[in-house]
Amino acid sequence: MREELYQQTILEHNRNPRNFKKLEGATHVAEGYNPLCGDHLWVYMKINGGVIEEASFEGSGCAISKASASMMTASLKGRTMAEAQVLFDEFHQLVIGELKPDERPHHLGKLAVFSGIWQYPARVKCASLGWHTMHGALEKTKSVSTE
Amino acid sequence: MSSFDAHRYRAEFPNLRINVHGKPLVYLDNAATTLKPRCVVDAVNAYYVTGVSNVHRGVHFLSEQATAAFEYSRQVVRQFLHAPKAHEIIFTKGATESLNLVAQSFGRQFLKKGDEIIISYMEHHSNIVPWQMLCEQAGCVLKVIPINERGEIIFEEYLKLLSRKTRLVAVVWVSNSLGTVNPIKAVIDQAHRRGAVVVIDAAQGVTHAPTNVQELDCDFLAFSGHKVLGPTGVGVLYGKEKWLEAMPPYQGGGDMIKSVTFSKTLYNALPYKFEAGTPPIAEVIGLRSALEFLQTINWEGMKAYKQELLDYGTQKLLSIDGVRLIGTARDKTSILSFVVDGIHPHDLGTIVDQDGVAIRTGHHCTQPVMEFFKVPATARASLAFYNTKEEIDVLAGAVVRAKEVFHA
Ligand SMILES: Cc1ncc(COP(=O)(O)O)c(C=O)c1O
Repeated sequence: MREELYQQTILEHNRNPRNFKKLEGATHVAEGYNPLCGDHLWVYMKINGGVIEEASFEGSGCAISKASASMMTASLKGRTMAEAQVLFDEFHQLVIGELKPDERPHHLGKLAVFSGIWQYPARVKCASLGWHTMHGALEKTKSVSTE
Repeated sequence: MSSFDAHRYRAEFPNLRINVHGKPLVYLDNAATTLKPRCVVDAVNAYYVTGVSNVHRGVHFLSEQATAAFEYSRQVVRQFLHAPKAHEIIFTKGATESLNLVAQSFGRQFLKKGDEIIISYMEHHSNIVPWQMLCEQAGCVLKVIPINERGEIIFEEYLKLLSRKTRLVAVVWVSNSLGTVNPIKAVIDQAHRRGAVVVIDAAQGVTHAPTNVQELDCDFLAFSGHKVLGPTGVGVLYGKEKWLEAMPPYQGGGDMIKSVTFSKTLYNALPYKFEAGTPPIAEVIGLRSALEFLQTINWEGMKAYKQELLDYGTQKLLSIDGVRLIGTARDKTSILSFVVDGIHPHDLGTIVDQDGVAIRTGHHCTQPVMEFFKVPATARASLAFYNTKEEIDVLAGAVVRAKEVFHA
């Protein structure tokens, strides 16, 4: 039996996405688009001295992409760019099923709610869209696509 | 109630017997690809188990047998389309390749800079991109027939687009994302009055109604085997002999030549000129079984039954609060594209899948249609003659459950 995809946390973040706005004075911005399902979002960060002081996103997409981006912005706040990179790598491993949260230490915290998504291969890209976009923003790439 | 007995036919489709996530499969993705009746699977199997051989290349028993079976399939396709001649039937790997063949071979031979190509707003990407590529290569201009809020082409606008410059019109018979049945006979007649040739994308059309290329008088018509109960990897291009004769080959290789020397190569006659390399032999043989199976069905009864399913599904979905249909053409095939307030189609697709229901979610390779209706994607239930009202009830129940999950 597959793990339930639509856990309460995910549904809740979909209904009330955190940091769902354009960030005035953002230093790092990127646009992400998944042509397959039309998910389209922007990620904004205000980075000062290598520390992410604020992160936000806006756009439209499915519950998975929205909840994932929402939880991402919440977890990025206060982290250094290097820590964000680590989190990006861990999240990536999580959604492809290579990182099992119970089996080794990680920094994912609540993001572990996405641990079952590798069982839904068609939806992995939904969960990673916000993250790839954030990664693009860190590297100052303007537009990323997850298709 | 029509007298059409879907259950009798269901027995012929082994795939209908599987469970998905512990529930009986409810397969409502027939516009993407249809299920295959046992006879098709058996025909493909028989070729691989006891009939393997290449075609047109040997004098041994198996080769002659395979060649005969392969060419007999061409006859069956000819009859299915009511084409005058068997060599007007070209086997390709699918509707997509058929359309590309026309664009590259006919298009590059006969279309010149400034010539205009007309397509419609509801085309599948496979009937958009090949023409865009041709426009880029040959300097032609692409014109698009607009659609209305119901998802029908606006015929007066089509007439306005037609001009002396129009050289080619490529239009879908039945839209895969809206279900719209286009008035292709009228489209063809008007194009011919201006001397333009017409290409019909019949990928969804050939299962909607009997196809008669002579009555339609289309110049080219394309469809895919896998959407008419046949195997994947095989498609058909019908073309009028006079065009096919005048067109250069699409690809070079074996089978398409008469003789090869380094100074000059003579091309083979129709249809082989367009069938370079070893063709999809098992698939062509399987396609024959699929078409023969379809011919055992009473099409009048089937059409009435599918209309009944469409009406039932329409009413059932619309009875759910927040459901909106995308595509409400007056002449429509049994395709239900819809969106649900507050639920993204992809989430809906995943949730109904948990109930064993297979629907397609996405843009269905028709992004301009999505943009027109201002939706990122739709959920699409496409119904075949082996679907039932009970299956529509399961779909509706799953949609209601999705609404509960999302409090939508
Ligand atoms: C209307 C229409 N045209 C063309 C195609 C392309 O068919 P294929 O992918 O089999 O080449 C499809 C299939 O999705 C279709 O629905």
